[in-house]
Amino acid sequence: MLDIQEKMKEIGPYVPAEDDDILVCRCEEVTKGEIRKAVHDGMTTIEELRRFTRCGMGLCQGQTCGRLVKSIVARELHVRPDEVEPATSRTPMRPIEMKVAGRDGGYAG
Amino acid sequence: MNHTADVIIIGGGIAGCSTAYYLARSGVTNVIVLEGSDSIGHGGSSRNGGGVRQSGRDVRELPIVMYGIRNLWPYLSEELGVDTEYTQKGNLRLGKTQAHYEKLKKLADNCRASGLDVRMVDGKEVREICPCLSQEITCASWCPTDGHANPLVTTLGFYRKALEMGVRFFTGAKVKGLRKIRGKLREVILEDGTVFETDTVVLSAGYASRYIMRTVGLEVPMISHLEQVFVTEREPKMFDIMLGTADADFYGHQASNGTFVWGSDSGLEIGLDQSLDNVQTYDLSLGATCRAVEGYIPLLADAKIVRFWGGWLDMTADGTYIMGPAEEVPGLLLACGFNGHGFGTGPAVGYIMAKLAMGEEPPVDIRPLRYDRFMSNK
Repeated sequence: MLDIQEKMKEIGPYVPAEDDDILVCRCEEVTKGEIRKAVHDGMTTIEELRRFTRCGMGLCQGQTCGRLVKSIVARELHVRPDEVEPATSRTPMRPIEMKVAGRDGGYAG
Repeated sequence: MNHTADVIIIGGGIAGCSTAYYLARSGVTNVIVLEGSDSIGHGGSSRNGGGVRQSGRDVRELPIVMYGIRNLWPYLSEELGVDTEYTQKGNLRLGKTQAHYEKLKKLADNCRASGLDVRMVDGKEVREICPCLSQEITCASWCPTDGHANPLVTTLGFYRKALEMGVRFFTGAKVKGLRKIRGKLREVILEDGTVFETDTVVLSAGYASRYIMRTVGLEVPMISHLEQVFVTEREPKMFDIMLGTADADFYGHQASNGTFVWGSDSGLEIGLDQSLDNVQTYDLSLGATCRAVEGYIPLLADAKIVRFWGGWLDMTADGTYIMGPAEEVPGLLLACGFNGHGFGTGPAVGYIMAKLAMGEEPPVDIRPLRYDRFMSNK
């Protein structure tokens, strides 16, 4: 069980850093500063962070920036990177046209 | 750690987070939200098609969502300090056959009798409203005040604001049951044995609400249903209205970033056997959704799907919400069984639940949604 108010007190307020304007998620153009700030706004899991900032939600689905995001989040939360849950991988592996997916199953099979 | 609060909310979805926010806005900040999973907004609140709709809804729930669309949604982005992407450009519910027409007309007539502006339009007018739609479409219901929003940011926006205002949120806090003391609800007991105490509990835990209700002797007829949604890559702007069909074979919209969000099912989900904690998408549903969408919007055949996800709907036996006090358990307020309509109505549900938790009258009549309304007709 995680007490979010206590966790926010423990990690303290967001402090701007010099490299905050680095683009971390290139697909959705999310910066390191936006990710760091979201953690201090209460986004303590990768799931919440993705939904709130859109990082890792674009064309590559976080295959490029996923590890980097994890390490940034871990540092802000004062935990080890392996204590931050991995992002959920979702189908399809690569973007696929609707007309192709539409041939799968059912009458068009 | 202080384990008592004026109000304890079970379930950190949009209903729970918005209840917490509206309580805090009214000055009640000694509030605890218990979320069973590790993430706020883990369930249906973040897994839906983003509809903020009134047309076609059960007339018993209609006043709630109408209240939200008139009084809450227009100001939500500014109030919460996030971009909810709320877009109020109307909803077309499409049909191709005479049977579709009759079904849509009945829904529209019912809603109009409750004061909603919704009317039938023919195929020509459909394509004037949204030129990219198939020539096969012959009719639709049109509700100009319907729309859509971003469920992820809206739900987490309520959470962020409530957290900032002092509400205490606990994640990974799975509730095992409730306990009455001297005839009144008092304890909320977690699976790990932790006990929280309060006089007022708001139960908004989706389908899991039923297991929690059972611990104080309440039973409501409902099932869980797997609903799935996919999102495409960004496409040039095509339309900004919300879409659905007479047969409910798909629904969705184009988001402000250009991606299309489409939800549907294959009709086979009722046979799936999965636990609430472990949602896996069903491959036949993806193809079925694509075919359904292409049947109404042929231009989307080449759009690429980037992500496909599923979530649970809590469906009641008569198709509408369970809301209000459970008098058999003094102190217990219910907000569940949203039948897949929980996101669009979420802010209004939170507003009403906050009123009830403070002992005030809700702004609309919610008595038709009582938990003990179910009667057998056999």
